Amino acid sequence: MKTWQELPPGAIITEPGSSRNFKTGSWRSYRPVWNPEHCSQCMLCWIYCPDSAVTVRDGKRGEFDYDFCKGCGICALECPGKKGVKAITMTEEGA
Amino acid sequence: MTKMVAATGNEAIANAMRLADPDVCSAYPITPATEIMHYFSGFAANSQVNTEMLLAESEHSAMSACIGAAAAGGRVATATSSQGLALMWELLFIASGMRLPIVMAVCNRALSAPINIGCDHSDSMGARDCGWIQLYSENAQEAHDNMLQAFRIAEHMDVRLPAMVCLDGFITSHSIESMRWLPESAAREFTGRYQQTTPLLDMAQPASYGPLILSDMYMEYRKAHEQIMCQVPQVVQDVADEFRRISGRSYGLFESYRLEDAEVAIVVMSSAAGTTKDVIDQYRDKGIRAGLLKPRLYRPFPYTEIGLALKHVKAVAVLDRSDSFGGSCGPLFLDIAGALSCQTERPVLVNKIFGLGGRDYMPEQARQVLDELLQLTQGAPVTSLKQYIGVREAAC
Repeated sequence: MKTWQELPPGAIITEPGSSRNFKTGSWRSYRPVWNPEHCSQCMLCWIYCPDSAVTVRDGKRGEFDYDFCKGCGICALECPGKKGVKAITMTEEGA
Repeated sequence: MTKMVAATGNEAIANAMRLADPDVCSAYPITPATEIMHYFSGFAANSQVNTEMLLAESEHSAMSACIGAAAAGGRVATATSSQGLALMWELLFIASGMRLPIVMAVCNRALSAPINIGCDHSDSMGARDCGWIQLYSENAQEAHDNMLQAFRIAEHMDVRLPAMVCLDGFITSHSIESMRWLPESAAREFTGRYQQTTPLLDMAQPASYGPLILSDMYMEYRKAHEQIMCQVPQVVQDVADEFRRISGRSYGLFESYRLEDAEVAIVVMSSAAGTTKDVIDQYRDKGIRAGLLKPRLYRPFPYTEIGLALKHVKAVAVLDRSDSFGGSCGPLFLDIAGALSCQTERPVLVNKIFGLGGRDYMPEQARQVLDELLQLTQGAPVTSLKQYIGVREAAC
């Protein structure tokens, strides 16, 4: 941790994209769990996620980025799933 | 050639701003500071400055625009007063916390309710702990000179903090006084140009302003701010010394008037110091050793220097043009008492609250205070630590 003598004046950040270094996943009390079996790849979770914590590779939805997911549950709410079964469900952390 | 002119305090401030030629001025009108922007917008309209004028919809927005402009890389100035300063309050901390050297003139005026437009220091005293530099001016000349120096102090590489230049509303802002302009070229050379180190508009070196700093780092930032403040008095003195070389006028962190051998002294800021000096001269003519200390740099407060300057005096009255309601003393008194607390030898101190809401401060009040101090030096007890003077009271 930096001492008060080592701080940049005015708390100005000069390193672009440094919010990647600030991992917010530990704030989560509920964890979204993705079940690919019920996923139609509609990408609504990716659109709605306020923290860009839904990873996408080659146009396909991948696993959650749990370093940044705060567990807000928006993805689980919006998920249409397949045939009425959601692909994302919220489970209590540590339960 | 130095030019002697008749000017108001507001004209003096506006002309200092003209000489500094800010990149951006964002303001909202409020009595008695409105006139500063009247004059300045005339300079802008006549191309005497290269300033972008922004009329905001409130003082909150005016200061917000100043913050944005200063972060973007501009030299920025504004002016306000009273309720306007109160409305800016949350932004004041943001300007100082981001280390943005905005220069703001404050025409000291009372706060509502009851609504009042007269001189009173409650507005800027309420903002004394917001991390800004505060300079107080006795008259139009000092307001002009402080405003010019404020740009250099605020923008100094070791400082980079916003600064307020306070002058007494109406008494100084609207009274016409004889004053001396500096030669234009010397003044422009003195104010120089400003170079932001991390401008937001520099696409080659991106910067983010205003990040979240949690409990793991916030206190370190506050300590760093306090440390920067500790370096300000030296910069203020260096800038004043440079200013003396071009103007012939001397400024310090505070002014000592006939204080060196004084037995009794008054501490008072801004225009009331002028009246007090006249009364001190009358007492000196009678052989009474009276003196005055007038703080100029109020934030950061030069505790050590002021403590040393006052410790030999037997009795001191601190005159506050604002009050801290409810038992405690006025803000200036508390700072003076703090400055003297580490001196083993120190005067008896009393606090007088005067001149609120434009109430005139008359020579008679200074005489009343000095006479009470003389009684204290002869062993009379302090009957009230804080007392309002110049107020009507029913006989008890």
